[in-house]
Amino acid sequence: MESDAIQAEALTKRYRPEGPPAVDGLTFRMPRGATWGLLGGNGAGKTTTIAMLLGLLVPSGGRVSCLGHDMARDRFAALARMNFSSPYIALPARISVAENLRVYAHLYDVPRTEQRIAELAEELQLTELLDRPAGELSAGQKTRVALAKALINRPELLLLDEPTASLDPDTGDWVRSLLERYRAESGCAILLASHNMAEVERLCGVPGGHVLMLKQGRVVDAGSPAALLAKYGREDLEEVFLDIARGRQRAAAA
Amino acid sequence: MNRAALRRIWGLVYRHLALYRRSWPRLLELMYWPVLQMVVWGFVTAYVAGIQANTASLAAAALLGGALLWEVALRGQMGFSISFLEEIWSRNLGHVFVSPLRPRELVAALMAMSLIRVVVGVAPAVLLAWLLYAFGLFRMGPVVVAFFLALLLMGWAVALGVTSLLLRYGAGAETLAWSVLFGIAPISCVFYPVAVLPAWLQPLALALPASHVFEGMRAALLDGAIAWAHLGWAFVLDAAWLVAMGWVFMRQFQAARVKGALLNIGE
Repeated sequence: MESDAIQAEALTKRYRPEGPPAVDGLTFRMPRGATWGLLGGNGAGKTTTIAMLLGLLVPSGGRVSCLGHDMARDRFAALARMNFSSPYIALPARISVAENLRVYAHLYDVPRTEQRIAELAEELQLTELLDRPAGELSAGQKTRVALAKALINRPELLLLDEPTASLDPDTGDWVRSLLERYRAESGCAILLASHNMAEVERLCGVPGGHVLMLKQGRVVDAGSPAALLAKYGREDLEEVFLDIARGRQRAAAA
Repeated sequence: MNRAALRRIWGLVYRHLALYRRSWPRLLELMYWPVLQMVVWGFVTAYVAGIQANTASLAAAALLGGALLWEVALRGQMGFSISFLEEIWSRNLGHVFVSPLRPRELVAALMAMSLIRVVVGVAPAVLLAWLLYAFGLFRMGPVVVAFFLALLLMGWAVALGVTSLLLRYGAGAETLAWSVLFGIAPISCVFYPVAVLPAWLQPLALALPASHVFEGMRAALLDGAIAWAHLGWAFVLDAAWLVAMGWVFMRQFQAARVKGALLNIGE
């Protein structure tokens, strides 16, 4: 039987032994090919969760496996088949876009490097930018380059931390369309941490789509966007988010 | 080491080479200090020799040879540490550490970059020493290659320690990348024998591979002999320091993963 894209069991992280947990007993199983969202306010534990899934951060308790590999013992086998993008982690600014993509093609042992870079450049409208230093690009262009890096190894599992933060609505929409297209073509599983409720509603609003609502490191509610809207009797996820963040329970949800 | 591992190492080396390809000031900076050091020490040795043309003076040769070989340790350490710092400055470590690049491959790539930087930086200084002062570093014979290697290994051991501190304290510890080896220089006995040091300091000096290398260099220049015992000790100590600092690096890397330091190391 094919393993889940992600399996987390009682995943916990405390940055200080006596301090409150940043993530507290998170348990979930995300199937292959699904698109899930992690929603929560600042400090809810989204970035910490993603860092533990990537092996950047060692959990204080519990365990996590990605694509069938235990991230405590065998993370490199999983990392070769995953990728990640975040606007808060940069690519080297002083080398060109093509050189950046070549670096990551080597790190991920991507076959036919130049062909893959040309494909991505065309797909992400980067062809004219390939010879420009990455640091000279606009925020939208940098996001496209970061996505090209994240797709360079044709990942089976893609982790995205606020992929459209600081982008204008047009570019944000373009990125979401690209992710939908890539998911449809590749069957890639996508886990998305975001503050953008409309984005989560759109990307996770497909069969198998699921949202984990986090607050203070714990899952306070979960379900498909449609199920959450029905449960809270709201028109959009932003209202559901505010209900949860402010501790309001709608009658239907109570 | 399999093909994919070699390719990952090449990926990181390629990233740094691309940086130099686009920046001639960076390339010039590699050669600038070793050449400047060589020129200053060349004049000092000419002065010590008494006559400008007396470059055959053995004492003078020991000074100039010491200055050139010390650059190997210094540039080797800085080449490793600064390549790691480049990743911190570019806020790229998060991407590197979530790629399949293993920590040992990261170390191998930093060593490869260090070797390239040493060759590019020190070779012009060695050539100029020959052209300006008629000092041929290879007059010591093939053993100079062993001296070169022993000092490079020591530079890497120190760099592993510095990189561990960077993982622990972030960019706040970056001045160590430039300064730490200058602190070791007085007991590395680059320009004088270990016997010159106070008795209590001599064991410390003899625990460093560099002091054995420079004792060996003086034996080669002054007596025309290869001091096998010093050479042997240099490599044994190199191995011991590399194992110790490699352990410290891996411990610190793991501690950084526990504390979350890899997420915000550049901040």
